[in-house]
Amino acid sequence: MGQFTFLFGEIVLAVSALVLLMVGAFGGSKSTSFIRYASIVALLIFGFAGVFLNAQGSSFDGAFLSDKFSHYVKALIGIAAASALWFSRDYFKRERLDQFEYSILMLFAVLGMGVMVSAGNLLTLYIGIEMQSLALYVMAAFNRDSLRASEAGLKYFVLGALSSGMLLYGTSLIYGFTGTLDFAEIAMHLEQTGNPGAGIIAGLVFLLSGLAFKISAAPFHMWTPDVYEGSPTPVTGFFAGAPKLAALALITRVIMGPFEGMEAAWQQVIIVLAVLSMVIGAVGALTQTNIKRLMAYSSIANMGYALVALAAGGAGGVTGMLIFMSIYLITVIGAFACILQMRTRDGMVEQISDLGGLSHSNMPLASFITMMMFSLAGIPFFMGFFGKWYAFAPAFNSGLAWLVVIALIASVVGAFYYLRIIKTIWFDEQAQSFVKAPVSLSFLSSAAGLLIFPILLLPFVAAPARNVIEAAASSLF
Amino acid sequence: MLPALAFYALSAVAIAAAFMVIAARNPVHSVMFLITTFFSAAGLFILMGAEFLALLLVMVYVGAVAVLFLFVVMMLDVDFAEMKKGFLQNLPVGAIVAVILLTEMILVGAASLSGEATSVQPAAEGVSNIRALGDVLYTEYAFFFEAVGLILLVAMIGAIVLTLRSRDGVKRQNISDQIARTREDGVELVDVEPNQGIG
Repeated sequence: MGQFTFLFGEIVLAVSALVLLMVGAFGGSKSTSFIRYASIVALLIFGFAGVFLNAQGSSFDGAFLSDKFSHYVKALIGIAAASALWFSRDYFKRERLDQFEYSILMLFAVLGMGVMVSAGNLLTLYIGIEMQSLALYVMAAFNRDSLRASEAGLKYFVLGALSSGMLLYGTSLIYGFTGTLDFAEIAMHLEQTGNPGAGIIAGLVFLLSGLAFKISAAPFHMWTPDVYEGSPTPVTGFFAGAPKLAALALITRVIMGPFEGMEAAWQQVIIVLAVLSMVIGAVGALTQTNIKRLMAYSSIANMGYALVALAAGGAGGVTGMLIFMSIYLITVIGAFACILQMRTRDGMVEQISDLGGLSHSNMPLASFITMMMFSLAGIPFFMGFFGKWYAFAPAFNSGLAWLVVIALIASVVGAFYYLRIIKTIWFDEQAQSFVKAPVSLSFLSSAAGLLIFPILLLPFVAAPARNVIEAAASSLF
Repeated sequence: MLPALAFYALSAVAIAAAFMVIAARNPVHSVMFLITTFFSAAGLFILMGAEFLALLLVMVYVGAVAVLFLFVVMMLDVDFAEMKKGFLQNLPVGAIVAVILLTEMILVGAASLSGEATSVQPAAEGVSNIRALGDVLYTEYAFFFEAVGLILLVAMIGAIVLTLRSRDGVKRQNISDQIARTREDGVELVDVEPNQGIG
């Protein structure tokens, strides 16, 4: 057994994906529901396996790491993916897309994320990313009869292949100049040689560019709006959450692990990515009329905020990033649970103007969307405010005050388009009213709405949860 | 003596076939010559003691890639005569690329002749390189091996999800029905009276 306890969650996912694939292949469309529920259970087991087993160490000669950081991130990913699968149910049924392969692909995508988060080796890193991405490409094009979904899938695939190329080139440079793939040995090599050469720095920049693509940080964000708009809405909701966190965790592992000693080199890259993402995310969203495109730009901007925390470096920066991302994930799940409820008698609608006068026709949904938008805008006393607070504080403390100022300006600009949605909901003329949402969706949006409502989540900011996050962050060092 | 003979024979065939790939008028013939080139190159690999690469070349390039080429060539209606029209205009650019490639190859060849041969980590004496690979592939690299297997599975699922359409009214073969069929089910013997017809 031994080292297999470290991979318990991944093994559960892989085995259940293979078994459920067989169930689906022989059971046909009748088994779709069962496979979905079984997958949700498997995702939750994956999420909490690390936390409960609490096995710390590494297996396969350091290729697969299991520490508190990976446990915490995997728990978040498990919850986010399980919710995304849960809120996809109603949509796929109504759009007649209900195929069991969706759940299986979700399991494989999360398996890839698990491998990414636990990567202790450049090979593990690449394999994790490819497993995740390949499943995501297919999920983006899942509605294959829709031209836009096919375009989204193809665009995502082609640009994803480009980013894989950059990533591999960076990896090969690092391998060539250090002679090893293992993170710990790379760190040792850098410590011994003292001065990293241009080759390693170039490799690091390529590696980070490839990874930045996966979190859609500007200037590698071009695919995001089109893919978010074209993909089926539940898939977009999934894209905005778990994969971002997994890639951010991987970036954290790379810069805090093997390249910890090269802070001067990666800090510049992270700062450039952060500034560009925040600015482009905030400015790009201003003119959007489609709410999914708007969420795409919003996620670009939010990745910028998370990178601000990482730019600070050290355990403080990682703690800030984790707190920010935890709150961001809850908000995104809630926001997409709300967007999925935007269904009139003629079908799904995605324009912001379709939300007009929602407060008259559907008060609960209107207030939940308002809460999500307030939280995303970072209005004080909603959780989003605390997320940004903890993300910017470490950067401010480590002397990056100017970066924090840019982040604050971007937040203010961003607040404009979030508030515009709120204005549409409460003060505009009523558009066609929505049909009654299924309980599964309204439950999820209410739960997320309550979670980001400050009083219920204060414990999250205060004692126990924060200690968990801090322990997770410091386990990297 | 024999290895040298084999080397010259294989190289001559490889070069001739490679030339025919671009010279043949019929694109299907081009692909066939390409396959010949791959086989000769595989033979050269075996002469060098890299039998794993040789097997890989035959399996992957001949078995999969060349067959794929054949499919593409036969399915797409590409007018090769039309494509070859601009040959003279593109000749200077092609010539420059060819000269650069030739210089590079001469440099590589000269460098390998002048210095002593280097290899990353030579396998122990008497261990074939298939065995050397197998030794680490299923032990040290077992995790990566399995994970890559899962990636291939994801690719397969993806291809099926995005392209398979189940159509109604397709007549399928039912093997158990077919096997369970007896002479009594299939043949009806009719005793026809002579001079009566089958009315």
